[in-house]
Amino acid sequence: MTKETVIHVKNLTKKFDDFKAVDSISFEVKKGEIFGFLGANGAGKTTSMKMLIGISKPTTGLATVAGFDVYKNTEDIKKNIGYMSQNFALYNDLTIKENITFFGGIYGLSRKEIKEKTALLIEELNLQKVSKKLVGSLPLGWKQKLSFSVALLHNPAIIFLDEPTGGVDPITRRQFWEMIYKTANQGTTIFVTTHYMDEAEYCDRVSIMVKGKIEALDTPKNLKNKFNAETMNEVFIKLARE
Amino acid sequence: MKRFRGFIKKEFFHIYRDKRSLFILFGMPIVQIMLFGFAITNEINNVNIAILDHSKDATTQEIITKIEASNYFSIQESIPNEAAIENSFKKGIIKAVLIFENDFSKKLGKDNNATVQIIADATDPNTANTISNYINAILKNYQHELNKAVKIPYQIIPKTRMVFNPELKGVFMFVPGVMTIILMLVSAMMTSISITREKELGTMEVLLVSPLKPILVIVGKVVPYIFLSIINATIIILLSIFVFKMPLQGSLFLLALESVLFIITSLSLGILISTIANSQQTAMMISLMALMLPTILLSGFIFPITSMPTILQVISNVIPAKWFIIILKGIMLKGVGISFVWKETIILIGMTLFFIALSVKKYKIRLE
Repeated sequence: MTKETVIHVKNLTKKFDDFKAVDSISFEVKKGEIFGFLGANGAGKTTSMKMLIGISKPTTGLATVAGFDVYKNTEDIKKNIGYMSQNFALYNDLTIKENITFFGGIYGLSRKEIKEKTALLIEELNLQKVSKKLVGSLPLGWKQKLSFSVALLHNPAIIFLDEPTGGVDPITRRQFWEMIYKTANQGTTIFVTTHYMDEAEYCDRVSIMVKGKIEALDTPKNLKNKFNAETMNEVFIKLARE
Repeated sequence: MKRFRGFIKKEFFHIYRDKRSLFILFGMPIVQIMLFGFAITNEINNVNIAILDHSKDATTQEIITKIEASNYFSIQESIPNEAAIENSFKKGIIKAVLIFENDFSKKLGKDNNATVQIIADATDPNTANTISNYINAILKNYQHELNKAVKIPYQIIPKTRMVFNPELKGVFMFVPGVMTIILMLVSAMMTSISITREKELGTMEVLLVSPLKPILVIVGKVVPYIFLSIINATIIILLSIFVFKMPLQGSLFLLALESVLFIITSLSLGILISTIANSQQTAMMISLMALMLPTILLSGFIFPITSMPTILQVISNVIPAKWFIIILKGIMLKGVGISFVWKETIILIGMTLFFIALSVKKYKIRLE
């Protein structure tokens, strides 16, 4: 049984003047998949992601996200995706509850939905005691989990995670990936960029970008076989060195 | 609309929870207007002076009494001779010395001519000038009284009447300026800082990825500051009317409309700054250097535009504050209506549209 494709990218290119930041990349992501989007700094990861989430217009090429065109239907894309940035961007001077209410609000959730979601979320993350505290006073790991949950408030089809585990300790990272698995099992597609190669092993499929191009795209197991490597770390270094 | 309301509520949380910006918003206007109103003024009051009277006759005594009675001066000491003058200045108490020559009364009667010398401490040239003008005025007045008895065939008596601000109150000049500066500061600086803060924290990105339209994000950031600026303008106008007894000759409605217009002009400048700056610090520096300084120096707030070099006079035309100050003075002091300030109003509207168009263009380039 083939699952439906939720992200469809063909020859997508982004030029800044003469510089090709993203050079004709093509790939597909299936529903419920955890898709790892890897690459060194400056390889074009962020630019690609920005085109997919509708805040940057491609120069040429085709792409649809959740069935919507990245040129014409960015509004529809935005309604159907969640996004978590590497800064865990929540408002530090708002309480946990206020943050949830605000982000639920801008995604158009009704007051009743927000109330239910807030209660659910606070219970799931064990935040009962601190729900009225300012987010700024929370440890980084908690912020990260909260930020992830907030990005999922409106039940998006796809969630984009931009280096979601930066600066977080290994135990919290482990817990975070458990949350990711749980979310993927419920049918949400995960599109994640990361610098940690051990995390790449957790993904269903991984693409590796080098200088604006996708140089490799397969399951971690196949990639390791192909490059004759023990770990994803070796795969990455072999590719990036070329 | 509901999304929008949530956004504005969030914005008020930011302002309310940041004690520093709260102080800038409401403490500064009151402090500034009080400072400018009470401390910084062109008027003189009870200035300490000394007298060196060589003749000590009835006429000099009469003049001294007149000077003392004027309330502008208070005579601190009587200096015995020229050598003591410098010492007296050095003590730093007196600002001027009045010297009457020998046989003052006699000379006045015989030659119709006697000399009073005024020596003023010009370390502060403005005050020195004012002091000498005031003393001159008192002397002229006295002369005029003497001449009443004698008929002089030809005589020109200038009668100066100061209109719109008959008591020459400095505060009337400062209030419109301070109000302009505060509105500029609150509207332009605070909005540009609050927008760049979201950029710095990365929340701006999250907002742009949300279904909220980019234009609504910006409007949502700006609306609270429109509201706060209106409160500020009201506080300043109330203070100037009730504390400084500044008249409001024209229509309050027109004044309110023009103030809102200027607030929007400043906000559009704030938005423009935030499209250029990427950090709160840069936003603040640009606001201070590119907005506040020219506003203070070139708007006619402190230094009259007509006495500037031509090149600066030309530059002053692009300062929005200049036009708003003209409008404010017109409405509050002269009581004119829109038919007299329509030109300035149109200039402000034009500037606002220009700033908004420029910001939209810059903003789009960033998104491309």
